[in-house]
Amino acid sequence: MSQQPILEIRSLSAGVEGRPILKGIDLVIRAGEVHAIMGPNGSGKSTLAAVLAGRDGYEVTGGQVLYDGKDLLDLDPEERAREGLFLAFQYPVEIPGVNSTYFLKAALNEVRKHKGQSELDAMEFLTLVKERMKILDLDDDLLKRSVNEGFSGGEKKRNEIFQMAVLEPRLAVLDETDSGLDIDALKVVSHGVNKLKRPDNAQLVITHYQRLLNYIVPDFVHVLVDGRIVRTGDKTLALELEEKGYDWIIKEAEAVAA
Amino acid sequence: MSTATETIEGLVKQEYKYGFVTDVETESAPPGLNEDIIRLISAKKQEPEWMTEWRLKAYRHWTTMALPQWAHVHYPPVDYQDITYYSAPKQRGDGPKSLDEVDPKLLEMYEKLGIPLKERERLAGVAVDAVFDSVSVGTTFKKQLGEKGIIFCSFSEAVQEHPDLVRKYLGAVVPHTDNFYAALNSAVFTDGSFCYIPKGVRCPMELSTYFRINAAKSGQFERTLIVADEGASVSYLEGCTAPMRDENQLHAAVVELIALDRAEIKYSTVQNWYPGDENGKGGIYNFVTKRGLCKGRNSKISWTQVETGSAITWKYPSCILQGDHSVGEFYSVAVTNNCQQADTGTKMVHIGKNTRSTIVSKGISAGRGQNSYRGLVKIQKSAAHARNFSQCDSLLIGDRCGAHTFPYIEVKNTTASVEHEATTSKIGEDQIFYCNQRGISTQDAVNMIINGFCKEVFRELPMEFAVEAQKLLGVSLEGSVG
Ligand SMILES: Nc1ncnc2c1ncn2[C@@H]1O[C@H](COP(=O)(O)OP(=O)(O)OP(=O)(O)O)[C@@H](O)[C@H]1O
Ligand SMILES: [Mg+2]
Repeated sequence: MSQQPILEIRSLSAGVEGRPILKGIDLVIRAGEVHAIMGPNGSGKSTLAAVLAGRDGYEVTGGQVLYDGKDLLDLDPEERAREGLFLAFQYPVEIPGVNSTYFLKAALNEVRKHKGQSELDAMEFLTLVKERMKILDLDDDLLKRSVNEGFSGGEKKRNEIFQMAVLEPRLAVLDETDSGLDIDALKVVSHGVNKLKRPDNAQLVITHYQRLLNYIVPDFVHVLVDGRIVRTGDKTLALELEEKGYDWIIKEAEAVAA
Repeated sequence: MSTATETIEGLVKQEYKYGFVTDVETESAPPGLNEDIIRLISAKKQEPEWMTEWRLKAYRHWTTMALPQWAHVHYPPVDYQDITYYSAPKQRGDGPKSLDEVDPKLLEMYEKLGIPLKERERLAGVAVDAVFDSVSVGTTFKKQLGEKGIIFCSFSEAVQEHPDLVRKYLGAVVPHTDNFYAALNSAVFTDGSFCYIPKGVRCPMELSTYFRINAAKSGQFERTLIVADEGASVSYLEGCTAPMRDENQLHAAVVELIALDRAEIKYSTVQNWYPGDENGKGGIYNFVTKRGLCKGRNSKISWTQVETGSAITWKYPSCILQGDHSVGEFYSVAVTNNCQQADTGTKMVHIGKNTRSTIVSKGISAGRGQNSYRGLVKIQKSAAHARNFSQCDSLLIGDRCGAHTFPYIEVKNTTASVEHEATTSKIGEDQIFYCNQRGISTQDAVNMIINGFCKEVFRELPMEFAVEAQKLLGVSLEGSVG
């Protein structure tokens, strides 16, 4: 394909406080694609998400990340967000005292300003919110409360995807959005994510469970073990993992390395 | 220290935008304090004999008093002989009869501060008395208020024009013996505002005093007295700024409020005295005694304060709930950044039956700021069925600042109910990152969190002031995260 990828990660290594966590990641994501990352606990999945989003404390020790051809690592976290990089948090953060609607309006207007679009006023914003809320089947009561404060685990996850629906990112990274959701909620959220898929955006879905991938069907599945992508396949790889666990892949990877 | 914490602490750099000095010719007393200086102040103000005697009595008492040591603040001792107790812009002849005679430089300064004194450019619906160093330079809207029988003028004028009211109420709530700074103020106070709302009158506009310290090495000792007669009501605002100077300056004011039967007084302060620089050099020592007496039945006094300035703030706006069914309220936001220290809170003294009080205190500490809430709820034996609710929340930004809460509760009547809630939270790096990840800058994220934290207090402020206060808070904490 000749088209420039949305995201291009080249031999990325990164760590925290001098401890290496990501040890050479290569990954290319193009418009219209859905990628899944699976891997054992502690293998570095959330770390990858954090590095992409620019979280403080995660030091990049090697490699490059291009976003729409530009150096992503050069941008501040808020600039990355305004450029359309969205992270659905594995553990969404509570912000007491800050109203959810107010927060989301501020966020959306930052993105719009960045794109040179006019800011939405309260009425226009509410119309948009009402429409997007339907996609996620979200109780509008939640929007009257402080950001994530006192939300149940499932409500928090659903709220992340709702924010995604409002912000319409170009690249969405969903970190274990499925964990903590009951079966009905999982369907609603997956359905929402699918609805937000467009030919000009892309999704990177981190999960432990093949089940999610029945609903959000990935074009590629990557297996991350100890900071490296040790295997890439299509959606059948997820089924295989579900059946056999990670052991065989780890052994194979060790054999190759040896 | 992790980069995250450094980030959070980095935001503490901002400039104090009211720090300019106005170049006007002043007339000052020599520094130092003795009976002659007090006689001089009194003579300058052409005060009657009783006023001079009242001052001297306070002075003699003050010389016997020791400095209070109990507050959670630290500073080198103040040399009271090195302070100038009287400083006033030089006047031609007898002093300004109207605003037209006020030195244009002073009017210009107030414009610069956003306080236009010319009535045609006035703040919408706000009557202003402006106090510059030791004297009042002008009061707006006097005539309109006069038509309703409302007296709103400088304290000096009140002593001349309304001596009976002043004599009756001066020191009635804060006697000169009350505390060290109140005694000092009683001896040397130079000006301030006086306000009387007659029976049954609701004051049709906000009354406001704007205090400005300009001269170097001078102290400001103003005195405010507000009396709301039966069934009267008034909302009063106070704002303050000072130039940036390397040496500390003393501000020791006294405010007395008196509410008779069914009267209501709402007193709001936005205090933004110069806080000193990043390293704690300079700044105002704000040692103030504010107290309201709910003398009548069903009367109500409500204090709202937003304290962002001063090197040291030491004040406890209080309510004496004497009348049955009277109500006292205290809503406070106190910010300490860099090396600022604040020891503030309130006293609610319940004497009458069925008296009620509410305390909502929000302390924000950033940089190396130290913020203490100190509150006393005292239910006397006579105060059957008295009720109090107190809520004290602290918000920390960074990890070199401190928040302290000292609630004192004394209950002598078993039918009373007293509730106290306290929380401490921190603006976390994870919260900031979450906002950043949604496109919101760190500064905006902090402002958002802080405004959320303070909203219960902000909604008590008059509209125009609430917006002002939000902005001010933003500026005060600019640079404390980032
Ligand atoms: N901020 C941090 N400080 C210290 N160690 C960290 C930090 N972030 C990640 N790590 C460590 O890096 C490794 C990878 O963590 P990460 O959260 O990326 O794993 P994960 O693949 O997302 O795991 P899970 O499936 O359990 O969510 C872990 O050993 C973790 O303890
Ligand atoms: Mg994880």
